[in-house]
Amino acid sequence: MELLLQQVMAGLANGAIYACMALAVVMIFQAIDHLNFAQGEMAMFSTFIAWQLIAWGFPFWVAFVLTVAFSFVAGVLIDRVLFRPVQNAPILSQIVAFIALFSILNSSAGQIWDYTIKSFPTPFGHEPLFGGTLIDTHEAGMIGVTLAMLGLLYLFFRGTRLGLAMRAAAANPESARLVGIRVGWMTALGWGMAAAIGAVAGMLIAPIVFLDPNMMLGVLLYGFAGAVLGGLTSPGGAVAGGFAVGVIENLAGTFIPYIGRELKLTIALVLIVIVLMFRPSGVFGRRVVSRV
Amino acid sequence: MTAVREEQAAVPSAPATGMIRRRLNLRYLGLIIVILAAAALPLAASSFVTFQVTEVMIYGLAILGLNLLTGFNGQFSLGHSAFYGIGAYTTAILMHNYDVAYYWTIPAAGGVCFVIGFLFGLPALRLQNLYLALATFALANAMPQILKFHALESWTGGVQGLSVDQPDPPGFLPIDSDQWLYYLTFGVILVMFVAAACLIRSRSGRAIMAIRDHPIAATAMGINSSLYKTLTFGVSAFYTGVAGALGALAVAFVAPDSFTIFLSISFLVGLVIGGVGSIPGSLFGGLFVLYVPNIANSLSTGLAGAIYGVILLIVIFVMPSGAAGFVRFAAGWLARLRQS
Repeated sequence: MELLLQQVMAGLANGAIYACMALAVVMIFQAIDHLNFAQGEMAMFSTFIAWQLIAWGFPFWVAFVLTVAFSFVAGVLIDRVLFRPVQNAPILSQIVAFIALFSILNSSAGQIWDYTIKSFPTPFGHEPLFGGTLIDTHEAGMIGVTLAMLGLLYLFFRGTRLGLAMRAAAANPESARLVGIRVGWMTALGWGMAAAIGAVAGMLIAPIVFLDPNMMLGVLLYGFAGAVLGGLTSPGGAVAGGFAVGVIENLAGTFIPYIGRELKLTIALVLIVIVLMFRPSGVFGRRVVSRV
Repeated sequence: MTAVREEQAAVPSAPATGMIRRRLNLRYLGLIIVILAAAALPLAASSFVTFQVTEVMIYGLAILGLNLLTGFNGQFSLGHSAFYGIGAYTTAILMHNYDVAYYWTIPAAGGVCFVIGFLFGLPALRLQNLYLALATFALANAMPQILKFHALESWTGGVQGLSVDQPDPPGFLPIDSDQWLYYLTFGVILVMFVAAACLIRSRSGRAIMAIRDHPIAATAMGINSSLYKTLTFGVSAFYTGVAGALGALAVAFVAPDSFTIFLSISFLVGLVIGGVGSIPGSLFGGLFVLYVPNIANSLSTGLAGAIYGVILLIVIFVMPSGAAGFVRFAAGWLARLRQS
């Protein structure tokens, strides 16, 4: 029982990382209707900028705010400059454009900041929480920030005119345009928000996985898995999915004898696929019904 | 009576059919020239170039497999590195552990992949678009781990992988083993490309494409959507598996980390650059996937990834529907130019 609890807590701590990423993935999916393969690399790049600002002597929170603001602007620019010209291209071509962006960001970060592993400061410290060894203050802080972001997003999408306009633009671009919503700018805004959330996620994750150009690779995989498991149409589902992936992965590694440790990633992915067999639009996702 | 009617029907469309026939003739002429040039290449080029072109053809075949599934049937896959890996390992295991002659391992690899692809196609029936992407992605991610798995080590060689003997040319031919490998690959892909073209033009091919274009209408017309989708998955895996077998023979070595998700992404890039739903485009995709990273690397080692990305973006900006789409567009433009 003690072991189970410990593994669940450790899984939740990992899951918080994935949940952060899954939330960013779902945000951009809401805005542009595709998965952004470069999402992790965008977050990594933002985190490097925060690291650079801190290295130049800025206090943590100033660097944090500057980075989030910068990421927002960069996200909007990426949409306007890179993805505007290909918005009418076939979906697969757009996916290749994401792959190109991935490659560019990864390689330039390696060139600017080189591939050595850097440590990243945390504002929450690393003391054990409640005197136990289950979870430390940074992990708790990360879970807290993720849930707070989720709450803010919920309020934004449900409670503001802009949020409503963004949802309308994503759900039905033509009708949204007819009622006077500027769909192009809503998409750009979605990119900006996704980049900003990604930056927050990156800065929360970096103290745990350390900072290097390839830090996001594994995280992004699990983030995608979490987002798809929870349902790509539901930000809350994505967060729950991220946590679930973390827990499943950890429990599979501990409790399935013989094959568990070596194949825990495989087992987690297979479980997700099995869940999708029964809920093809994710656990919390809405079924998309097509009109004939 | 029928003769008269045929004559009447033929009269108004005579210039159009003439033009189509001329274009078809040009097409066949071009095809024959390409085939002859390809057949002569190893006699003229260095063995390094021969080897590289062999690899281009192998990638082209793997991309054709993906194209059959994604381009013609509309099912998205990030898992083709797994089928490529299964094909390669089938060849390696049969040759290394059971001393099977290399030419028997190629159809065996295809067969194994067909069965696994068909079986994987069954759960894939329930999933669409991104959810299918995730499922296939899971397959691609699981493959290297399964190949490294310690209980299978006596078969797969674990992390170290297996070495494969390069096939020797038959004694009566005065060529070396690189050239023989080239001709072997060339023969296999020639047969398989022609077979793919025939498949697409057949009744089954039309059914496959109808499912892509409008699944509900296709079902309403009496097409057994589930059967065709799973069969296409199998055939697609068959193509990619044969490519994997040829790849194992060419590189003379297999190891788990050659078959990661990045290989799948390369196939996807090749598919899009060559042209989704274009059979000859697959070969162009193979060319791009093999040469462009090398070019980027020769320009700057540190920024190779960035240069590759920029080239990729430029290509997508210039030809959003790939090389095949670009050729179609250019041909249409030329025809209009000639008419006016």
